[in-house]
This record gives sequence, C-alpha cells and structure tokens, in this order.
Amino acid sequence: MAAEAKLDPMHQFQLEKLAGADWNIAGYNVAFTNSALWMAIATLALIVFVAGGMKRSVVPGRWQMAVETFTGFIDGMLAANVGKNGKKYVPYIFSLFMFILFANFLGLMPLGVVGVHAFTFTSHFSATGVLAVLSFGIVLIVGFSKHGFHFFSLFVPHGTPVPMIPIIFVVELISFLVRPFSLGLRLFVAMMAGHVLLEVLSSFVISGGNNGPIMFVIAGVPSFVLMVGICALELLVAGIQAYVFALLTCVYLNDAENLH
Amino acid sequence: MDAEAAKMLGAGFAAIGAGLASIGVGNVFAKFLEGALRNPGAADAQQGRLFIGFAGAELLGLLSFVIAALLIFA
Repeated sequence: MAAEAKLDPMHQFQLEKLAGADWNIAGYNVAFTNSALWMAIATLALIVFVAGGMKRSVVPGRWQMAVETFTGFIDGMLAANVGKNGKKYVPYIFSLFMFILFANFLGLMPLGVVGVHAFTFTSHFSATGVLAVLSFGIVLIVGFSKHGFHFFSLFVPHGTPVPMIPIIFVVELISFLVRPFSLGLRLFVAMMAGHVLLEVLSSFVISGGNNGPIMFVIAGVPSFVLMVGICALELLVAGIQAYVFALLTCVYLNDAENLH
Repeated sequence: MDAEAAKMLGAGFAAIGAGLASIGVGNVFAKFLEGALRNPGAADAQQGRLFIGFAGAELLGLLSFVIAALLIFA
C-alpha cells in the first residue's frame, strides 16, 4: 500500500559521500561526493563529444558539424562582444559554456526510470560560485596586467561631471564587485527553482493517484500535463542559463580588454 | 503572531517579487519583439543585449526566491 507521501523537495540536492568519508586535508573533508561524480561524468561526456567532432574532414559529418556549430557560436559571441582581441578567450568560454550546458542537461535527463539518481551540481552555489569566481579572476588578471592601475578608469565613465565622480566611482565599484555573486547566484537559483518545481509537481501526480480515481483525474492528470510542459521549459532554461553565463563573462572580459 | 508564522508570511510576500520580475522579463522580450518586427534587419545583432536585459530582470526575481527559500529553510 502506498505510504504517506511526504514532500521533501530539497532532498534531491543532498550531497552523499560515495567514497573517502575519512579523507581529510587540513581538517576539511574532501570525500568524493555524488556532486563530484556528476562533474566527472559531465567532463567525460564533454570530452567524448568534442573528440568525436575533431576529425577535420573537409566535408563534415553530422557530429563534426554539431561541434563546429558550438565553437562557431562561441567564436561569434566573443567577436561580437569583445572584438578581435577576444579570439584568445574562445577555449575558456567554450569550456565554460559546454560544461554548464552538459551539467544542466545531465541533471534533467530522465535517468530515474533506470534507477540512477541524476544530480545537478549547477544547483549548488559552491559549484557555480567557483565558476563565477574563476571568470571574475580572469577579468581582474587581464584588466590589471593589460592596463595596470588605469583599469580603475572603468569605474569613472567618460564625461562624468567632476562633482559626481566620488558617487559614480562608489556605485560603479559596487556594481563591479557584485558581478561574481550575481553570476553564480543566477545559475544556481534558476536550476534549483526548476528542480524544486518539477519535484513538487511530481508529488502532486503521486499523491493525486494515491487518493482515488477522482483525485487522479482532477489533480494528477493536469499536474502531469503541466509537468511535461515545465520539463520543456526547463530544457530551455538550461540552455539560456548556460548562454547567459558565457555571455556575461564575455561582456565582463570586454570591460577588461577595452575598458570603456 | 509567532516567529514561525511570520516567516511563512514573509516567504509568501517574497513571491510578489517573483511575480513582478516575471512582468519585467515579459517586458524585455515584448519590447525586443516590437523593435525587431519594425526593423528585422537589425534584430539579430541585438540578441546579446536582449539576453543581458533578460538576465538582469530575471536575477532580481530570483533574489526574491532566495529570500523565500532562506525564510523557509534557514
């Protein structure tokens, strides 16, 4: 008989230690968690995907075409946002975009039907925050090494009236320093909210089915239809969030490369 | 009113922010389409700016979701 359905939408984000519960470095546990496992799977899938397309044949097949579409897309994005100086960032932006894209899509895979619990590590701020800090660090390094202390002119736009400079400087500085947080927070919350929504809707389907045929028809079936629609929306969000992360990194790199 | 009930009410109020942000996201795409249909030739070049605007509007809604989640779970 069906047990009392208890809704715990946050359980899916729980970290589990798969190996090395006693691996400690300087007092911190560095166990191999399910998050790390899915990062490894995403990396492996990405390597297989890219390696399969690096055939350099003159007449590309479908696979090579798919990889070249992605690299061309990133190349175009950098050319449009940074200019010709942006060419050297193609490897970084490509890795970033594809890693996030694969992570988001792997987390949405219906692997539950074969008993595998897919884990979306982009729904954790610790994962997205590190990616955001990485992007922000590259912006800082490029900006300071290329322009030196002239990089601070980023915070005073051209044509600012002199009395306004102290205020504008502070406002621009804050908006600059908030970037890594907003970058990481956006991806993490968007992924987490989507997965919680899917979990809540699926619990409606299950408890609707448990409460007799009438509830099943008036609550379970509409919830299921809505869930299928939301799944499609989540696929769109997964793509858009990866795109937005890569795009904003390009925009920030443009600030570092070209100032204003 | 005890603190637990106030927290839940606050989380509910945070949903207003999420709803208002959805108006903002709708506005971003609506205005883009409006402009794109007037001048389709210039539309493709502005897609990056479209998504920057979308990201800004969306982030503020997501912040209200974070507040709600903090009130319920933290």
